[in-house]
Amino acid sequence: MTHAERLFPRIDFRRLAALIRKETRQMFRDPSTLLIAGVLPVVLIFLYAYAVSLDLNHVPIGVVQECDSPAAQSMGAAFTGSPHFLVKTARDRREVAEAVVGGRLRGYVVIPQDFDRRVAAGGREPIVQVITDGSQPNTAGFVANYAQSVVGLWRTSRGLAAPEGITLEPRFWYNPEIESRRFLLPGAIAIVMTLIGTMLTSLVVAKEWERGTMEAIISTPVSAVEILIGKLLPYFVLGLLATLLITLLAIHVFGVPLRGSWGALMLLSSAFLIPALGQGLVISSVARNQFIAAQIALVSGFLPAFMLSGFIFEVGSMPAPIRALSCIVPARYFVASLQTVFLAGDVWPVFLPDILGMLAIGLAFFLVARTKTKKTLDT
Amino acid sequence: MTMPDGPIPAVASVELRGVVKRFGATEALGGITARILPGRLTGLVGPDGAGKTTLMRLLAGLMDPTEGTVTICGRDTVQDNEAIHTLTGYMPQRFGLYEDLSVMDNMELFADLRGLGSRANRTLFDQLLAFTRLEAFTTRLAGKLSGGMKQKLGLACALMARPQVLLLDEPSVGVDPVSRQDLWRMVHELTSDGMAVVWSTAYLDEAERCATVLLLNDGKVEYDGPPAELTGRLHDRSFRLLHPVEDRRFVLSQALDLPSVCDGVIQGSSVRVVLREDASLDEVRGLADASGAGLAPVAPRFEDAFVDLLGGGPGGRSVIAECMPAVDVPEAITVECTELTRRFGDFTATDRVGFEVRKGEIFGLLGPNGAGKSTTFKMLCGLLKPTSGHAHVMGHNLRTATSAAKGQLGYMAQKFSLYGLLSVRQNLEFSAGVYGLEGAVRKERMDEMIEAFQLQRFLESSPDELPLGYKQRLALSCALMHRPPVLFLDEPTSGVDPLTRREFWSHINGLVRKGVTVLVTTHFMDEAEYCDRVALMYRAEVIALDTPDALKREAVTAGRAEPTMEDAFIHLIEAVDRKLDAAPGGVPA
Repeated sequence: MTHAERLFPRIDFRRLAALIRKETRQMFRDPSTLLIAGVLPVVLIFLYAYAVSLDLNHVPIGVVQECDSPAAQSMGAAFTGSPHFLVKTARDRREVAEAVVGGRLRGYVVIPQDFDRRVAAGGREPIVQVITDGSQPNTAGFVANYAQSVVGLWRTSRGLAAPEGITLEPRFWYNPEIESRRFLLPGAIAIVMTLIGTMLTSLVVAKEWERGTMEAIISTPVSAVEILIGKLLPYFVLGLLATLLITLLAIHVFGVPLRGSWGALMLLSSAFLIPALGQGLVISSVARNQFIAAQIALVSGFLPAFMLSGFIFEVGSMPAPIRALSCIVPARYFVASLQTVFLAGDVWPVFLPDILGMLAIGLAFFLVARTKTKKTLDT
Repeated sequence: MTMPDGPIPAVASVELRGVVKRFGATEALGGITARILPGRLTGLVGPDGAGKTTLMRLLAGLMDPTEGTVTICGRDTVQDNEAIHTLTGYMPQRFGLYEDLSVMDNMELFADLRGLGSRANRTLFDQLLAFTRLEAFTTRLAGKLSGGMKQKLGLACALMARPQVLLLDEPSVGVDPVSRQDLWRMVHELTSDGMAVVWSTAYLDEAERCATVLLLNDGKVEYDGPPAELTGRLHDRSFRLLHPVEDRRFVLSQALDLPSVCDGVIQGSSVRVVLREDASLDEVRGLADASGAGLAPVAPRFEDAFVDLLGGGPGGRSVIAECMPAVDVPEAITVECTELTRRFGDFTATDRVGFEVRKGEIFGLLGPNGAGKSTTFKMLCGLLKPTSGHAHVMGHNLRTATSAAKGQLGYMAQKFSLYGLLSVRQNLEFSAGVYGLEGAVRKERMDEMIEAFQLQRFLESSPDELPLGYKQRLALSCALMHRPPVLFLDEPTSGVDPLTRREFWSHINGLVRKGVTVLVTTHFMDEAEYCDRVALMYRAEVIALDTPDALKREAVTAGRAEPTMEDAFIHLIEAVDRKLDAAPGGVPA
């Protein structure tokens, strides 16, 4: 037997079919599979659609009305009327400063005594002062941004020129409430697929070791490659089904548009499942109990897919070493392409390098899994 | 060494040459050379940890030997690994089948994996199903089968494609005696067709049923040959001290301390002793006279031979029992339960169980898996609330005064349940703490335990690093720290070798003589003999409650003058099954 034959022996399709049939039957009988592939996507979708919104509304702030001129009054009314803010009006900044310290308000806006003069000065001087609670940087950023846009709109409505002549706040091109949803839901597909591909696969293999069924299987003439493929194919199909489910929900329940084609989406998902499943197999060749498998899958699969993929935190704004690290996270390529296929359309120049990246990582995982998976109990 | 009866086959099915297997620094197998012949049932016998499973896995080609070679039907397990998987049928120790698949699904899977088209082989399936008597259960999920049926299904799957060598790793664990009989019958049929069958077991009494045995201890072959030859060496060395007037436990402890005695156990109301090689009977005869016992020679057993081979059992004194004060409580009945019923959903785990345990008695709870003995035990320890009925420990109602009752009992769980991340000292401190021992008393009790069980040199190590015997001592001292008048032992000796088991029973016997009441569950039938009385549970009910001797007497037949505990057990269960089968409306589930 040559080395190549030993690594990749001829596949006996009857044995393979038997393994796939067994795996599929188990999948349908095991409630945890249904939970991860069926219930979890739905939960995640609702979570990202409602709870994890990157846009905020009704942020409690204070508005300190130090000036009583009609213009200043109308400025204050602009804040009160904004859907983003829940305004507590005050005369003296000390009244609200305490509330910010106490965490009841997220910041405050001061309309100064010389408001009219500053407005008349026409953009050379700031017309309001914004104080935010820096202990919650994200919210602070929103308060600052939204306040700026309220002031900008107010200026425009009064026919005043904006500083440097630009008043347009890009967020307003879309409905800000839906925008983060449009961004997040495609990313949720990557998270669910990581769970199915990496976590579920490594768990089911570890379970076979734990229960002793693997010992019985490897004592038969079945080859290691057949065992690997017998595990992969059913979960590959399951992953695609989950993608289908999430996409349908995203489109029909949450109104996220799919501007690209279904074909491209499925092709991207298939490409991503290869490294995800490969990683699951590598983990299961190392971890022979479910607890360890879950831990490794969480740390090496789920967390990077969550944090380093650009799903929530933009890759471009990460420090260079982290950015370099994200190159070996398959979800990074997937998330970028998913956002494109949902929000922009079939942009093949974006997809092709991403698909290549995913396949390359997948190939590496498979080679490791193939050399690590042996039909032996020796470790 | 003589070979077994019959012509010696020219080709051995299995050849082991100088096989060594190491895992890191530990040597699991230390140079094994042996032959296993076709058409014969070979017992791979030895206590837990002797290396049986490792050897089985080497034979199945699942591990490579560190040194030496293993060949199956002339093929090397390393060079020709693929062929090994076709030549052997292997049934792992743990149930290796898919619990969430049906009996038929499992059989089809293994038929396909072994290259038999499942659809083309209906006849083979029918044969296997008939052989294993599983015809009626083909659609049942494997996880819902009883322990015995699981093993039979495992056997059916291992037999797929007619292997030349059948490897069964501890097939009788968790199987009730009735199903065990069934397994033996099947295996004997297979060997008469020429198959080589290897049956590994930690139950030494099973060795006597094999044509030939490989006796393993500590990774080495202690004996290789027919079991009768080994027990034959003990001819005229096994005796029974019949019905002593004196306390039989005291007689046993005295006997074990005699220089001429190599081993001794309690058998019902008698004491069984084994003499050392070439020792005279005088000392034992003297003891028999002094204790008012009759003396009769008995046939040697395989276990006697094994203990003898290892140089004899431990002495009969228990330091720990000696330092315990005598239990002084007014109650004559220490544990009692009436009409104890526990349901899980519509499943009745125990059905109106009732008995009384007297002070200073060893009370055994026996039964096949799932008969309800663990459930009963848990209710008596206050770990589980009964659905109806009540239980008292030392007069405290377990329903209303659970913690008062718990304070009166010591509990030693299966597998010792020690904390691996705590040191031996911390384990002792923890047990003292949970039973409310503090300050000077705690220190005093701990010192007492450490002294009596010689735990000093292990105080800072983890319990996992202790030798098995010391682990057992530590678990026992944790349960005894608060000097409970009642001791609950749940499968205390499972996974423990015969010598360590003997030491354990010395302690228990000593404690009982101090007036401690002991409740014990065990699956070692011969251990039931240590009990004063035994309750046999089957299908959630107590079907018999009597002394071991009385239970055995019931199983006496024309062809069986001296039934064992196991015979008695099978006899009683079969009687219940017959009655249920005869009853109109059939067997309740």
